Amino acid sequence: MKIIDGKIGWLLLLALAIAFPFFAAGNDYYLTVMATAYVFAIATIGLNLITGYTGQFNLAHSGFMAVGAYTVGILTVDHGWSFWPAFALSGFVASFIGFFVGLVSLRLKGHFFSIFTMCVGYIMYLLIEKWEGLTHGTVGIMGIPAPTGFAGIDFEAPRSQYYLVLFFLALSVWAMHRIANSLLGRTFMAIRNGDDLAEALGINLMRNKVLAFMLSVFYAGLAGGLYAGFVRFLGPGIASVEHTFDMTMYMLVGGIGTLLGPLLGSIAVPWLTQYLQFLQDYRFIVFGPLLIILVIFVPHGVVGSYLAWRARNASRLASEAAAKQAKTQTPAGGVIGRGQQKGSSHA
Amino acid sequence: MLEIQNLTKRFGGLTAVHDVSINFERNKINAIIGPNGAGKTTFFNLISGAIPPTSGKILFDGQDVTGLRADQVAKLGVSRTFQATNLFDRATVLDNLIVGHRLRTQSGLLDVLLGTRRLKEEERICRIKAQEALDFVGLSHVSHRVAGDISQEERKRVAFALALATDPKMLLLDEPAGGVNPEETVGIAELIQKLVKHGMTVCLIEHKMDMIMNLADKIMVLNYGEKIAEGTPAEIRANPIVIEAYLGSENAAA
Amino acid sequence: MELILEQILNGLTLGGVYSLVALGLTLVYGIMHVPNFAHGAFYMVGAFAAFFLMSNWGLNYWVAMAGAGVVVAVIAVISERLVFHPLRHHEGLHHMIAAIGILLFLEASAQAMFGADFRRMQTPYAGIISMGGVTLPSQRLLIIVAAFALMLALHLFLRKTTTGATIIAMAQNRDGAALVGIDANRVAMMTFAISGVLAAVAAALYAPINLVYPAMGNLVITKAFVIIVLGGMGSVPGAILGGLIIGFAESFGAFYISTDYKDIIAFVLLVVVLSLRPQGLFTTGAR
Repeated sequence: MKIIDGKIGWLLLLALAIAFPFFAAGNDYYLTVMATAYVFAIATIGLNLITGYTGQFNLAHSGFMAVGAYTVGILTVDHGWSFWPAFALSGFVASFIGFFVGLVSLRLKGHFFSIFTMCVGYIMYLLIEKWEGLTHGTVGIMGIPAPTGFAGIDFEAPRSQYYLVLFFLALSVWAMHRIANSLLGRTFMAIRNGDDLAEALGINLMRNKVLAFMLSVFYAGLAGGLYAGFVRFLGPGIASVEHTFDMTMYMLVGGIGTLLGPLLGSIAVPWLTQYLQFLQDYRFIVFGPLLIILVIFVPHGVVGSYLAWRARNASRLASEAAAKQAKTQTPAGGVIGRGQQKGSSHA
Repeated sequence: MLEIQNLTKRFGGLTAVHDVSINFERNKINAIIGPNGAGKTTFFNLISGAIPPTSGKILFDGQDVTGLRADQVAKLGVSRTFQATNLFDRATVLDNLIVGHRLRTQSGLLDVLLGTRRLKEEERICRIKAQEALDFVGLSHVSHRVAGDISQEERKRVAFALALATDPKMLLLDEPAGGVNPEETVGIAELIQKLVKHGMTVCLIEHKMDMIMNLADKIMVLNYGEKIAEGTPAEIRANPIVIEAYLGSENAAA
Repeated sequence: MELILEQILNGLTLGGVYSLVALGLTLVYGIMHVPNFAHGAFYMVGAFAAFFLMSNWGLNYWVAMAGAGVVVAVIAVISERLVFHPLRHHEGLHHMIAAIGILLFLEASAQAMFGADFRRMQTPYAGIISMGGVTLPSQRLLIIVAAFALMLALHLFLRKTTTGATIIAMAQNRDGAALVGIDANRVAMMTFAISGVLAAVAAALYAPINLVYPAMGNLVITKAFVIIVLGGMGSVPGAILGGLIIGFAESFGAFYISTDYKDIIAFVLLVVVLSLRPQGLFTTGAR
C-alpha cells in the first residue's frame, strides 16, 4: 500500500499546515475553521480505521466523540480538574466504553453491526440529553477552560490553538500511518477482504476487530476532548448521528480505506461548505445527492481513484516490459531467460 | 494425519453431514468427490473449523481439535483455500500475500507504535515467506502486478500461495481447478503434486474427474451427507454404488 | 383497571404504527437484502405531504392520506431506480451510505420547504369515544383500526394475488424467481412503492397525535430497525409481532418506569437480545 510520494509528500503537507496561519494573514476566522476541520479529521481518521480498513461501518462514532468531549467537560467544569489531565483521559474513557460495545456488537456482521451501532449511538445521545445530573442535559456544559499553557505559551488565542490541534493531528496521522502499514494494519485489511479467509489465515477475528474498534474510538474520544477545549462549551448535539454522516462524507470524498483520503476529505469538504456559506444548514441538500453520486461513480474517492490509476499504470508498464522480454528471448531459452522477468516488473 | 470419527452436522432439521469417518493419510493426495449437494463443502467447513460439528471427533496429528475455531486450526498447521479468494484488488500480488504469515508472528499494537525490532524482523520474515510462496507456485513474475489484474488461473495459484505462506502441514483445497481450462488444470495438478513432494499433505474437493483419477492417492465419495465409498481411484471407478450415485444426478464427468 | 386498558390501547396504537413502518422496511430488505436507511425519511415526507394537502389545499383527511401515499410511493420508486438499482452489485457499505444520502437530502429539503419548526396536523377525529365506562381518544382508535386493516390487506395481497406471490418468490430466491420469468425490476419497484405507501399511511395516522417536523423519522426508523432485527429481517409476521412488542414495551415502560427514557427501551431491548442471540429472535428461512 503506497502512500502518495512517501515521506516527502507528508512533510510537504506538514510544512503547508505550519505556514497556513501566515497565509491566513491573521484572519482568526480562517484559523478557527481550519482547526475545527483538524479536530474532525482526527475523528474521521479513526472512523476510517474501523470502516475503511476493517470493513465494519460504525454509526455510533460521534457518540464516542461526545464521550471524550464530555469527559473533559465534566471533569473540568464540575470537578475542577485542569485541562490536560482530563484530556489525557478522554481517549481512554472512549476506548473503555468501546471495549464493551465492541465485544457485543462485533459478533454481528455487515448491516446488523451498523444497525446495532446506530442504536448504540442513539442510546448515547439520549443518555447525554436526559441524564441531567451528569451531563447538564440540554443546557449543556459551559465555560470549559482552554488548555492550560506552559513554558510561556498560552492557548487562549486562535493561532496557538491552531498549532495545538495541528500537533495532535500530526501525531494521529503518524500513528495511523504506522498502524496501517504494519502487520497489524494488514491484519485489519485482511478482515475487511473477508472474514472467512482471514480466519483461515489464522487471524483471531474477535480480538482484532475489538482492537480496531477500541483504537478507532480512541481517536474519536481524543478529537472530542480537543473539541471541548477548543470550542469551550458542549451540548448533546455533538453526539448526534449527523456528525457521523459528515465524517462518512469526508471519508468517501477523500477515499475510504486510504491514509490521505479521510484527511483530505475532512479539510476539503468543510472549506467547500464555507464557500457555499448560505448552504450551511441546508448543506445536505447538496451533500445528499453528492454522496449518492460518489458512491455510485467514484466509490474510492479522490485518493483511492488516484492510487488505483497509478497501480494500473505500473501494472501495464510491467506487463509491457515482460512482453518485450519474452519477445527478445531466443528460441533456445538463450541468455535473456526467465530469471530476468522478476527484475523488470518493479513498480 | 487427519482422523475423522463419526462426524455429523445438523442445521435444524437438515442433516448435512452424517456419521462420516475417515483417515486422511500423511503426505498423500486425498480427494473428496460426490454429486452436487453431497455435503463436501460443509465437510470441509467442519474440518477447517469454520463451523462446529454437532457430534463426532476430529484428530489432527493425534491431537483432538474438535470444535476449535478456524484460526486456531490454522495455527496448528491446517490451511484452507476457498472457491473464491477475496484479494485486495488495488494492492500488488506480493502485498496481498504478506499477511499470510501473520499467524506465526507475535507483534501487537505496542510493537507497532514503538517500532520495535521484533516488528521489523517479523515483517521482514513475512515478506520473505510471501515471496517464497509466490516462487513456489510459479508466479514470481506477477509479484508486482496489481491483484485485480491477474487471470483466473493466476488467482487460483495466488490462493495456493496464500495458504502456503502460513507454513502449513496440511492443505485443504476447495475446488482448486474451478473455472480453469483443461490446459491450466494440468498445471494446477502438477502444482499439487509438487506440494506433496515437498512434504505437504493435501485434501481437495473437485468435480473434474480426469484430474482426480490421475492425481489422487485416495478418494472418499460423499452422497447426501454420507460416505458411500472410499479407496484408490481404480477401486472407486469400479464401484457400482458410486456409479449409481453419479448416474442418478446430472453431474457429468468434467 | 382503566389505566391498564389505556396502556393496552396505547400499546396497540404505537404497535400499529411501528408495525406499518417496520413492514415497509422488512419487505424491502427481503428483496434487496439491504436495510433502507432512508425509510424514516419516507415516513417524514408522508407526514409533510399529508399535512400540506390538508392545510394548503384543504383536502379531506383520508384524501390527503391517499395523496401522501402516492407522493411517497413515487419518491420510493425513484430512489429504487436512481440509487439502489445502480448499486445492486456494490458492497453493502455503499448501499448504506447511499441510503443515508437520500435521507439527508429529503430531510434537508423538507426543512428548506417547511422550516424546522414543529407543526400540528389537524384531524377530523379529535373527539373521544366512550365505551363501557372507558374513554378512548378517537384518533387512537382510528389508528388501531386503520393500521390493522392495512396489515390485513397487505397479507391478503401477498398471499392471494399473483403480484404478491412474485414479491414473496423474489424475496425467497432472487435467481430462481428470475428463471421462472419474474421481472426483478418490476418487483423491486413495486415493493418500494408499497413500502412507501405503508410509511406514508403510518405517518399520516400518527401525526395528528404527535408533531410534524423534519427530523421526525429518525427515531421511528431506528425503532423500526430494532423491530425487524428482532422479528427477523424479511419476515412479515415478525414485523407485525415485533411492532406490537415494542409498542407495548414502550407504552407500559413509559407509564411504569419513566417517560423520559421510554425511547431507550427499544434500543436496550435490541442490545440485550443481540448480545444473547446474535442471529436475532426469529431467524427467517428466506435466505
